[in-house]
Amino acid sequence: MIAIVDYGMGNLRSVQKGFEKVGYPAVITGDPNMVMDADAVVLPGVGAFRDCMKNLEKAGLIDPIREFINRGKPFLGICLGLQLLFTESEEFGIHKGLDIIKGRVVRFPDDSNATTSIKIPHMGWNSVRIRKRVSIFEEIPDDSYFYFVHSYYVVPADGDVIAMTTDYGVEFTSAIASDNLFAVQFHPEKSQKLGLDILRKFGELTK
Amino acid sequence: MLAKRIIPCLDVKDGRVVKGVNFLNLKDAGDPVEVAEIYEREGADELTFLDITASHEKRDIIIDVVYRSAEKVFMPLTVGGGINTLKDIRTLLKAGADKISINTAAVKDSMFVKRASEMFGSQCIVVSIDAREVVEINPGNKSSGQKRWEIYTHGGRRSTGIDAVEWAGKMEDYGAGEILLTSMDRDGTKEGYDVELTRRISESVGIPVIASGGAGNIEHLYDGLTKGKADAVLAASIFHYREYTIREAKEYLGERGIIIRM
Repeated sequence: MIAIVDYGMGNLRSVQKGFEKVGYPAVITGDPNMVMDADAVVLPGVGAFRDCMKNLEKAGLIDPIREFINRGKPFLGICLGLQLLFTESEEFGIHKGLDIIKGRVVRFPDDSNATTSIKIPHMGWNSVRIRKRVSIFEEIPDDSYFYFVHSYYVVPADGDVIAMTTDYGVEFTSAIASDNLFAVQFHPEKSQKLGLDILRKFGELTK
Repeated sequence: MLAKRIIPCLDVKDGRVVKGVNFLNLKDAGDPVEVAEIYEREGADELTFLDITASHEKRDIIIDVVYRSAEKVFMPLTVGGGINTLKDIRTLLKAGADKISINTAAVKDSMFVKRASEMFGSQCIVVSIDAREVVEINPGNKSSGQKRWEIYTHGGRRSTGIDAVEWAGKMEDYGAGEILLTSMDRDGTKEGYDVELTRRISESVGIPVIASGGAGNIEHLYDGLTKGKADAVLAASIFHYREYTIREAKEYLGERGIIIRM
């Protein structure tokens, strides 16, 4: 069973429906034991980094998530679920993350001149460059489009984890992969066929 | 590169698509969910439901429409029309909406936008602006001779006296994640977007702007994205009446050098 971690941040129904569509029923749960016992775990999230960490802590989910990943079981972070894996974020001050992947979460460069600068949030369909052709990302063609909505992006200390990058003013890390740990900045559940393909490949890891 | 977005809009009344939709092979052309599925297959980048249900008793029907759509389509879904409270927003997000568009309620109480973006995140709060060009009557006014636009509420019927460019900036400051900009002068005319208005707003804010109101052909979409500098274009009738499919529109824009997701 795939467990989608519910910690009161955002709409999880689309993620669940996405998995259902590709033939892998998933449960939405905030119960630490259910998370620990799952075959695979998905950590979605929208909102502010600090609030998400607070809610994970309040729900007693931080240690179970760390433990689950340490065991090498399939794990997929989506959007803020990618950022939370990192050491710290600079969103509204410096806040500690799960520190499973070394690195920081930083804001897109702001420019007071709105005519030349990029718009924030980075919202819409953007393409990815494949940096590492592995596992659930193996069949994604270069330059595929995915749907993004975010104002911050991750900077891994070790470039080896980078699976995809995307250009938006800067070239940033849009997906990471390390053994059975995967995370994407975009929303596969909102990225039509190619997004659902990623969910399917992730689901296959539970077989 | 970030692609420009093409967003079909469905006007929904009492749970039914209004403006007869000329789709072939549809079991029920009035069912918003079926139409949403067609648009997804054609490569729409997002979908907007504008709820124009008048009676309060029937307002919950849109929630069911959103709920059923979220089971069928896997692209961003925006819902607007008559959203007044944080509870309305929460209910629609839970049903599967990704973004909520706020119009009249923002003008009545601009702090509503601030509270909503703090509670749910800027990424899901769209401020919808209905603007109309105003003619300066005071010749002594310094801004005389320069075009101005004012915002209107209640479906474009009620004047507010608020300057549209200033309002867009204020809404950005209050946490809006995106502006849906409709020219009330052009809406329904098929004469094209008000590109001057669109460019003014798009250049004055640091958040994405969706052009709306007046698209009558694919050239208008091109103008909105280039001359208007919009990040996305919204259109209803040209897609509903099958004058162009979304794919045709995208192919045309792509050939003309616009970055489009095919």
